[in-house]
Amino acid sequence: MDIVWDWFQWLYDEHGIKLTIFYDEWDRNRFFKGIWTTIHLSFVCIVLSIVIGICGTWLQMSPLVWVRRIIQAYIQFFRNTPPLIQLYFFYFAVDTSVSGLLGVHGGILDSYGWAVVSLSFFAGAFNVEIFRAGVEAVPQSTTEAATALGYTRRQVYQYITLPLAFRVCLPALNNNLINLLKTTTVAYAIAVPETLYISNQIWSDEYNVFEMMNVVWVIYLVLVGFLVWLMHNWEKSVKIPGYGK
Amino acid sequence: MIKSIKKVAARVAMSFALLGLIVAPAMADVLDDIVERGKIVVGVKADYAPWGMRDASGNLVGMEHDMIDDFVARLSKEVGKPIELEKVVVVSSNRMQFLEQGKVDMFIATMSNKPDRRKVVGIVQPDYYSSGVAIFAHKDSGVDGWKSIAGKKICGIQGAWYNKDHGLKNGAEMVAFKGTPEVEKALLDGRCVGWLYDDSAFIPRKVNEPEKWVDYSIATPTVDDVPWGAAVTLDELGGRLSTLLSEAIIDWHKSGRLIELEEKWGIPQTAWLQQMRERCRAGDKVCNDVYDEGE
Repeated sequence: MDIVWDWFQWLYDEHGIKLTIFYDEWDRNRFFKGIWTTIHLSFVCIVLSIVIGICGTWLQMSPLVWVRRIIQAYIQFFRNTPPLIQLYFFYFAVDTSVSGLLGVHGGILDSYGWAVVSLSFFAGAFNVEIFRAGVEAVPQSTTEAATALGYTRRQVYQYITLPLAFRVCLPALNNNLINLLKTTTVAYAIAVPETLYISNQIWSDEYNVFEMMNVVWVIYLVLVGFLVWLMHNWEKSVKIPGYGK
Repeated sequence: MIKSIKKVAARVAMSFALLGLIVAPAMADVLDDIVERGKIVVGVKADYAPWGMRDASGNLVGMEHDMIDDFVARLSKEVGKPIELEKVVVVSSNRMQFLEQGKVDMFIATMSNKPDRRKVVGIVQPDYYSSGVAIFAHKDSGVDGWKSIAGKKICGIQGAWYNKDHGLKNGAEMVAFKGTPEVEKALLDGRCVGWLYDDSAFIPRKVNEPEKWVDYSIATPTVDDVPWGAAVTLDELGGRLSTLLSEAIIDWHKSGRLIELEEKWGIPQTAWLQQMRERCRAGDKVCNDVYDEGE
């Protein structure tokens, strides 16, 4: 590995391209920790937002009007406000009020915790709508047939509607999850040490803004590219021949 | 067509040349002007307690204001005519422009002496004060000296160079935000135990809002001092006004006047001022009126 680091040192000495994240151990460690934070923050948020989406869609079809209204309110709240503002709101307003009520000093969740909560609910709100579109695309005759066969409402949702709806909404879901991964960068406003936050620190310390901008750009290109590839494969693997044509 | 373009180009060129004449620095000595009008216009701060602030009745007061009063008294004595003082309130983002545009003759406005600034304005030597980096911490935080921050959460401003050198390298976990209001909030909410920042920003907080910051104090020695300088225009540097100002500052250092003022305004003792007093008394070249590289 040393030969690689030495090459970057040479690149700086000879050509002035200052990529301290490769040859300076200190910067390297914090930079890779930053990428790791981005990856697991994205992973946790993606999983949670899908769970929120599925549950939300289920509740949206509830026969109880108040449940539907609450879900609607949740969607409006999260979809109609910018994620950065939500993050600030949770971290500086909600946390302060709740810890004040509970008498906790130092906040109930740390910045990473609030980033997970806020980003999951943000993407979750879109997921609810995406899944609803999928559910509504399932022909009523299909669900009626299932009901006629003796399926309960939950069973119809679980075994008939959801698997079909899922295939319909995968392209839209992909878009939203890609957006979610990109939106994790706003977590740097509340000091979550993810890729952008760490890069900002590094370029302030080393004055290599140009190099780091390129690095950050490439990192997100690779991360998002990987997610796109993964989702496309998934889409292909669950495809029902003839369905949706 | 080509002819008319040439004509326009000539006109544009001429107007630029005229503009050059208008903004060309007046060659007359600044001090002569001051004596003639019987008035000196000085840029001051009103937003940086206790160096420059407004008291309860709205008067401009502070350590720098005392220095300016003293300087104007010296000036009047020197020219043998009472010189009136007119203060113009400046802020950090316009002080150098005010000087360049001739709105003020000089300023003493909490400006740190930095190489890029020395290219724009004439920073009078020697410097008169110095601020550096320190940690402002809660009394129960256990922060006492730089080594004690290891493993603790310390708030900071995103992009500040000292986050790495004085925070991370001392083992602290840095929690950095965009601006000071967010940091203040996080610090008061207990999300971090201390705040790594410019020490001259902590003192005004203690002075202006004593109740809010009652449990907080500067818990580490100040490091990486950057001196503060008074300024005249670049052309005036080395002129009579600037020489008089230099003499006054040297005298303030030697006599311990700056240390007295520091105490008067409740500013914690700065080691730099103590050193400067000794060095000025010993006739060190740091205490002369020229800037030497690495000073």
